[in-house]
Amino acid sequence: MARMKFLCDADRCIECNACVTACKNEHEVPWGINRRRVVTINDGKPGERSISMACMHCTDAPCAAVCPVNCFYTTADGVVLHSKDLCIGCGYCFYACPFGAPQYPKVGNFGSRGKMDKCTYCAGGPEADGSKEEYEKYGANRLAEGKLPLCAEMCSTKSLLAGDGEIIAQIYKERVMKRGYGSGAWGWKTAYRETIES
Amino acid sequence: MASFGRFIRLALGAFALLLLVVAVPASAQQVNPTASSVKEQQLLQEFNRIQGRVSIPDQRSGVLEQPQGREWREFRNVTLRWIGGIAILGMIAAIVIFYLTVGMVRLEAGRSGRTIVRFNAFERFVHWLTATCFIVLAISGLNITFGRPLLLPLIGFEAFSEWSQWAKFAHNYLSFPFTLGVILIFLMWIGGNIPNKVDVEWAKRGGGLIGHDHPPAYRFNGGQKMIYWIVVIGGGLVATSGYALMFPFYGTGIEGMQMAQIVHSIVAVLFVAAMIAHIYIGTIGMEGAFEAMGSGEVDVNWAREHHRLWLDEQNARTGPNDGQPQPATAAAE
Repeated sequence: MARMKFLCDADRCIECNACVTACKNEHEVPWGINRRRVVTINDGKPGERSISMACMHCTDAPCAAVCPVNCFYTTADGVVLHSKDLCIGCGYCFYACPFGAPQYPKVGNFGSRGKMDKCTYCAGGPEADGSKEEYEKYGANRLAEGKLPLCAEMCSTKSLLAGDGEIIAQIYKERVMKRGYGSGAWGWKTAYRETIES
Repeated sequence: MASFGRFIRLALGAFALLLLVVAVPASAQQVNPTASSVKEQQLLQEFNRIQGRVSIPDQRSGVLEQPQGREWREFRNVTLRWIGGIAILGMIAAIVIFYLTVGMVRLEAGRSGRTIVRFNAFERFVHWLTATCFIVLAISGLNITFGRPLLLPLIGFEAFSEWSQWAKFAHNYLSFPFTLGVILIFLMWIGGNIPNKVDVEWAKRGGGLIGHDHPPAYRFNGGQKMIYWIVVIGGGLVATSGYALMFPFYGTGIEGMQMAQIVHSIVAVLFVAAMIAHIYIGTIGMEGAFEAMGSGEVDVNWAREHHRLWLDEQNARTGPNDGQPQPATAAAE
């Protein structure tokens, strides 16, 4: 089985935010929630970089470890998913997540945050693949259709890579070798405890 | 002369060509744009988090990476369970051992049959308001920390989530009457709970827990004052940190919420341990103690043995009725 990962080549990202838009549209993500966002560091200064970030589907995911009701599970592809039926909206995953991925439809709402929502790697949830219930709760299940996450698929500069970790790391390495530079795989050390040598 | 001019032009042209030839590989050799760019590890080492600008309305999502959640995870999953387990089980063990060896603290003089008002109806109402809220808050709170390893395997995912959801609602909503109770406790009993010299003597004699010692005390003895300040300070801390968690981002970021959870949970488990001791001494630990919060009236002998100075004060105020014959109805309490 593959071990699915995301890799954002920051030297290619042009902060077009198309990944953000594609994600929102594909999954009909509720207003106020962004499963993916593009962060620009040192904006307007020399050496600025933009990184598209969502749930990284961590190895030994912190969200899953701290969840009081154990609503997370990791698929055979290494995708970290959760059950909105079990989620009690306590907010613990969101304290633990290094990437700010978990979000709540009613942040700040008195007493109840609602069910947590995050990037599913376009892999839906525990419901039957491609079912109406799955779509309503988690959005499209592209992985079940043999497709990769839409954000990476339609990235205009091919900055955002999704797929098996070893393959996308290889693609990135080749790029770095050919062009002679690369600022590294952002978030990989935190998420997967490994970096790509460049 | 014309040939000399041509020679100059030729020489200049050759020189320019030479420059170009030399320059071409130089410019073909790529400048490394990452040399001057921001670097992940450097940013993490410097700030312990990476933050930038986002063009979406949710400005909080500008935080790209904050790996300190790992330390919080270690606290929540390991450290807290040890602290809570040791504090609560340790307290229960200590009480069981104490009860089995020393047993209930008896009224040495027996019951006099005469009672004196210790807590009025309002005081008792506030006490029980806070106490019932506390018990629900404690159980629902412990469920968040210990439920997953202890209860979930027994009842399964669906039932545990359902129960935890209701427990969370109860935890959030009952925090308000609980906070009110703590504030009222603080205000109504502050007068009797300022530590003084009598408490030093009381503490030196171990509160009279061992043997048949009865160190003098006013309305609240050293131990009760300790419980009072645990409730006031502990209650204040759990309320403040709890509201920081209940209203995310109103005053804190993620790091603030991690800190709030750490404070909230440590104070809470110690609070629970202290209250177990309080419940013990107020029920099966001491004869005649429960009535103080039950009917509100305690036996005069109980007051004399445990709160002699307070009894003297009360008698001085109302006149000594020690020697007066008491109506038989009082004995029925």
